[in-house]
Amino acid sequence: MTTTRSVFLASVCFTMALTLVTLAGCSKPEDAPQGALAGRLVLTGSSTVAPLAAEIAKRFESRHPAVRVDVQTGGSSRGVADARRGTADIGMVSRALKPEEADLAAHTIALDGISIILHRDNPIPALTDEQIVAIYTGRITRWNEVGGRNERITVVNKAEGHSTLELFLGHFKLKSEDIRADIVIGDNQQGIQTVAGDPHAIGYISIGTAAYESAHGTAIRTVPMAGVAPTLANVRNRRFPLSRPLNLVTRGDLSPLQKAFIAFATSSTVHDLVEVQYFVPLAD
Amino acid sequence: MYPLPTDAILRKTLRTTAAVAGGVMLLIFAFLAIESLPALRSVGFARFFTDPSWHPAGGAQVGRFSLTPMLVGTLTAAVGAVLLATPLGIASALFCAFYAPPRAGAAYRGLIELLAGIPSVIYGFWGLVVLAPLIRHWQPPGQSLLAGVLILSVMILPTVALLAESSLRSVPRAYLQGAAALGLSRWATIRGVALPAARSGIVAAILLATGRALGETMAVLMVTGNVARVPGSVFDPIRTLTANIALELGYALDHHRSALFVSGLLLMVMTVIIVIAAAWSGRRHEHA
Repeated sequence: MTTTRSVFLASVCFTMALTLVTLAGCSKPEDAPQGALAGRLVLTGSSTVAPLAAEIAKRFESRHPAVRVDVQTGGSSRGVADARRGTADIGMVSRALKPEEADLAAHTIALDGISIILHRDNPIPALTDEQIVAIYTGRITRWNEVGGRNERITVVNKAEGHSTLELFLGHFKLKSEDIRADIVIGDNQQGIQTVAGDPHAIGYISIGTAAYESAHGTAIRTVPMAGVAPTLANVRNRRFPLSRPLNLVTRGDLSPLQKAFIAFATSSTVHDLVEVQYFVPLAD
Repeated sequence: MYPLPTDAILRKTLRTTAAVAGGVMLLIFAFLAIESLPALRSVGFARFFTDPSWHPAGGAQVGRFSLTPMLVGTLTAAVGAVLLATPLGIASALFCAFYAPPRAGAAYRGLIELLAGIPSVIYGFWGLVVLAPLIRHWQPPGQSLLAGVLILSVMILPTVALLAESSLRSVPRAYLQGAAALGLSRWATIRGVALPAARSGIVAAILLATGRALGETMAVLMVTGNVARVPGSVFDPIRTLTANIALELGYALDHHRSALFVSGLLLMVMTVIIVIAAAWSGRRHEHA
């Protein structure tokens, strides 16, 4: 009897303690010294920007100990929507803002390009824009039609809602319905594994990721687009056709904390972080 | 001395926890229904089956919302996996229960239990880097319905094997002794006595495995290619309802998001049907 009762009491105590801890965790730290930055910033949006934003946030937090920055991913469209609705203080968007998004302000923190990738053993030297369009719309289905081996092309495409897909479609003036894919992938890593495991595959990913992976022995390689090699240098001098800005977006007047974070994220103090992630920092 | 009303306290506590568990289930169902409502209202129920394709990002009017390819993908993958895993699982259960020497049987069962404990993302990764390229050598593009069926059947094999074995072991001893007294061979005992007696347990095992196959997400997402098209052969890529949600939910807004909850609702309905079927087959056993 006593044992049952004490166990019961103990569990009640435990639950209460847990509730108290949870409640305490919810309250905001407001006890910062005067003049210093304090509070919480929420960033949501693009999964391409998020790792970089998280690194920047970490450094920002170490300089302002009373500030907490939460970075959550969910795609560029969510970054736009959350910044509009005010559910996030700052949205992350891995493309330029569209005309209908003029109510938001974009602050570019880095540049990125998107490159076509093939398996390392694929002998095709380059593809023209017309060939890429023909391959992705199913008009060309075998590599020998573009000067390669007599093998079926495996077309790898991104799932709906990713800004990489939007950018790709926009650049080639395609509609999502026109694409005839063999494999649809979610994140970059899955795309890389798929192309690296299939000598006849074609896909597209962020140039930075492609450069990193092929430098580390993954069996993929990039091909020039419209005669321009997909390198970070060509993204930097804006010669590469399929490139995009990585943006932080905000709406309306900025709070001191938002202002400080954006100034920090666009300053040269974070250029090393940008380069570590294989993106291109903006020249000052 | 009068003891504290421990039983009463316990009863109330247990009642509360049971109510919470049931409530959570109902809340999930309500949540799915509420989140699907915007899409069901503006797109309409029928269009989820009659639209020509799945391109939901365009909004209620321009977008295409057909879930038929995903429904077909989910069903074919699950049914294929069950068709493969059932004979293998039952064979393995029979081996364990009737043929294996006790030590070998225990070791073998340990292995099967281990198979059940491997996280699905590991199966998926193996499928992506080993299985899919193997199939591609034979019939490109490799990431296909076949890869999904094979991965799923390995994943649900332990469910069938372990549950079938435990229901074979719970066949009353007297039945088996009776068969031995009649001088039946081991195979005749299995076929004529053990399997019929354990039948409803085995059916329940298959239904549970079907449920797992329907709900599996990560491994399937990694090996089936995820193209939202009705497959023409086992070498074509498929997209399941679960993969549809996992692939797009993080990136979906408004109607697109709501349409993904409709996929969830559809999946839920399928699972409910399976659970009811499992309960029904179990109850029939009690009356038998």
